Amino acid sequence: MQRIGVFVCWCGSNIAGTVDVAAVSDALKSEPGVVFSTNYQYMCSQAGQEMIKEAVKEHKLTGIVVCSCSPRMHEQTFRKTAAAAGINPYMVEIANIREQCSWVHKDMKEGTEKAIVLGRTAIAKVHLNAPLVPGESPVTKRALVIGGGIAGIQTALDIADAGFEVDIVETKPTIGGKMAQLDKTFPTLDCAACILTPKMVDVAQHEKIKIYSYSEVVDVKGFVGNFDVTIKKKARYVKEDVCTGCGLCTEKCPQKKVPNDFNLGMDNKRAIYIPFAQAVPKIATIDADYCTMLKTGKCGVCSKVCTAKAIDYTQKDEFVSEKYGAIVAATGFNPISMEKFDEYAYSQSKDVITSLEFERLMNAAGPTAGKLLRPSDGVHPHKIVFVQCVGSRCAACAEKGKEYCSKICCMYTAKHAMLTRDKYPDTDVTVFYIDVRTPGKQFDEFYRRAVEEYGVHYIKGMVGKVSPEGNKLIVQGSDLIANKQLKIEADLVVLAAAIEPDRSARPLATMLTASMDTNDFFTEAHPKLRPVESPTAGIFLSGACQGPKDIPETVSQAGAAAAKVIGLLSKDKLTGNPCVAHSDEMMCNGCSSCEKVCPYGAITYSDKEFRGPNRTTLIRRVASVNEAICQGCGCCTVACPSGAMDLKGFASKQIMAEVDAICK
Amino acid sequence: MQVNGYKPKIVAFCCNWCSYAGADLAGSNRLSYPAEVKVIRVPCSCRVNPMFILRAFQRGADGVILCGCHPGDCHYTSGNYYTRRRMALLFSMLDYLGIERDRTRVEWVSAAEGAKFAATMNEFAEKVASLGENKRLEDLRCKK
Repeated sequence: MQRIGVFVCWCGSNIAGTVDVAAVSDALKSEPGVVFSTNYQYMCSQAGQEMIKEAVKEHKLTGIVVCSCSPRMHEQTFRKTAAAAGINPYMVEIANIREQCSWVHKDMKEGTEKAIVLGRTAIAKVHLNAPLVPGESPVTKRALVIGGGIAGIQTALDIADAGFEVDIVETKPTIGGKMAQLDKTFPTLDCAACILTPKMVDVAQHEKIKIYSYSEVVDVKGFVGNFDVTIKKKARYVKEDVCTGCGLCTEKCPQKKVPNDFNLGMDNKRAIYIPFAQAVPKIATIDADYCTMLKTGKCGVCSKVCTAKAIDYTQKDEFVSEKYGAIVAATGFNPISMEKFDEYAYSQSKDVITSLEFERLMNAAGPTAGKLLRPSDGVHPHKIVFVQCVGSRCAACAEKGKEYCSKICCMYTAKHAMLTRDKYPDTDVTVFYIDVRTPGKQFDEFYRRAVEEYGVHYIKGMVGKVSPEGNKLIVQGSDLIANKQLKIEADLVVLAAAIEPDRSARPLATMLTASMDTNDFFTEAHPKLRPVESPTAGIFLSGACQGPKDIPETVSQAGAAAAKVIGLLSKDKLTGNPCVAHSDEMMCNGCSSCEKVCPYGAITYSDKEFRGPNRTTLIRRVASVNEAICQGCGCCTVACPSGAMDLKGFASKQIMAEVDAICK
Repeated sequence: MQVNGYKPKIVAFCCNWCSYAGADLAGSNRLSYPAEVKVIRVPCSCRVNPMFILRAFQRGADGVILCGCHPGDCHYTSGNYYTRRRMALLFSMLDYLGIERDRTRVEWVSAAEGAKFAATMNEFAEKVASLGENKRLEDLRCKK
């Protein structure tokens, strides 16, 4: 029989306001096994904890029931108190009489009655608690960063600077991500390449960082501290360690009509290419879909001109297995497809472009060498209309766009408008907006400069239709403030497309068992208090894969994620969760039901010898649980037909005892 | 909650990651629901053995509700999918036994849905109270 102590907390008036705490502690005194029962103003305070420790000593308690706030709040606190008092921390149970009693019930009598039942339920459970000791597992001191944009780059640099090895996996042939495609960055208007490329070089030269470019994560197994990851290095038909990045092949390749995805298809590249001049790693890649040699076996020009002999047409995808202690998802974002927004005539006119395409047009390294020219006829546009919130904040049209605000569009549209007016003062710029949202340091000042100093026309209202007429675009929209319909003739229309998580994020989340929200953004462990961690231990989030973010925010979140990774990797051992499944080998009949439902592959079967009747030996196939892998969901306990599988801390008998106590 | 002078006994199983947190949020937001609802915390909705629900009815519960994370959001990836299938089977068995369908329920409540938790409990308790005492599955030997 346990010797149980009951401690009822007042939580000031939070509990005592609706629950007669003295009546609760009196009523619970007469429960079987209870040798001590008291109440106190703040059990979680130093004095309250001392009271528990003293009671443990004085009454030789073996179990503790604290009737207080939610176990999600102070379970750890009271477990530590128990451990300090010399009893196993898992001999503590919490009766949640604040969040689930005093705060939701108004009537004193009702609240007190319920608190007594909840206390009794916790007592019934403690009777069946057993001391639990958590297992330990080692930590592989190496991190994996998935995605090589500014988020991934910053996270990798920060982790590597702390002395841990980091691998970056990037699907594109170069790191740099979206930021490498940008022209200038708000609100300071410094050029994206000038601030990004030095960081890319730092990554390439850092002795602790290894880049897997043109590669994908294809499998993740294991758990926090011990992930086994398989990386697919896609065949680039160029030997990475031999190619010098001279670029001769990219000039001589006769296949000139390959859409250049780095410039969003606005110009062409060769079938062998280096995405941009400052690419890291600076290695050529062959696009197998267009290469004549790979398709027909006749060409081989690149191989002939390559003095380093780096071309290898027989290269195959290669699979690499690595071990990591922590994984950071930094998969970033993409603008949404404009397919469903044909009212803006994106598919009908080359002069209707997205903001990212505009960014390339303005970029000195872009398809027009930084000159703002219409994609259709290469003429300088004199009238530009920007349309904001294309697909963002689409609560009523969720099947077309996104319900959320994409956050960065107001600022980059102001930037585009300002840069256009700065470079080409003869150009008239109009912006249609629903709201202008500029919270951020120096952001509103920036927007006001666009309006006040650069004379950008801001019109509150949405654009209903864009129709091409001759070489002009007719923009029909409404001006909500002047309350009139507008028909504007424009040379170029720029759509601020909503942003969405990269397509690779969803399959990656499945591999990582990390949860996502309905928009496929990764969910954080706590939206306020743990914003850079996934609820799955050992998985961290960096950048826009967690939600729309601008560059300053991305960089700060990347640093925060790195700090969390460093915290994890600096531990030598991790303490596990002791509430794991356990198989009773004497009852197990080896049916494999549990193995099939386990989401972690924590259950294995083996043949074991047992003593049979008449001194014989029986060999039986039985299940055993790997405690380091088991996360303690308890799915196997229900699947087990013989009742051999049980969950420590939430044993069937314990839950039944709780049911009985509630129904008494 | 009383309907025709009857106060039901209701057991709510809540998964630790979503629904129990949702219940806590209902508390933090002071959203009231009937005191007859008492929550048992389980790590995942898939920890709830159909046996626990039968046990509750046997011991005199008038209604049992099981809450878990939304499909696709399970902390353990797939637990709630198992719950959904297991409960479909259990409920069809309870149907066969003639137990009113409104005495049992599965609801997905996320950690952010405190209001949904309170609303669900209000609605469920009212239905159970209007059904009155569960006489069919209650084991009279358990009664004092």
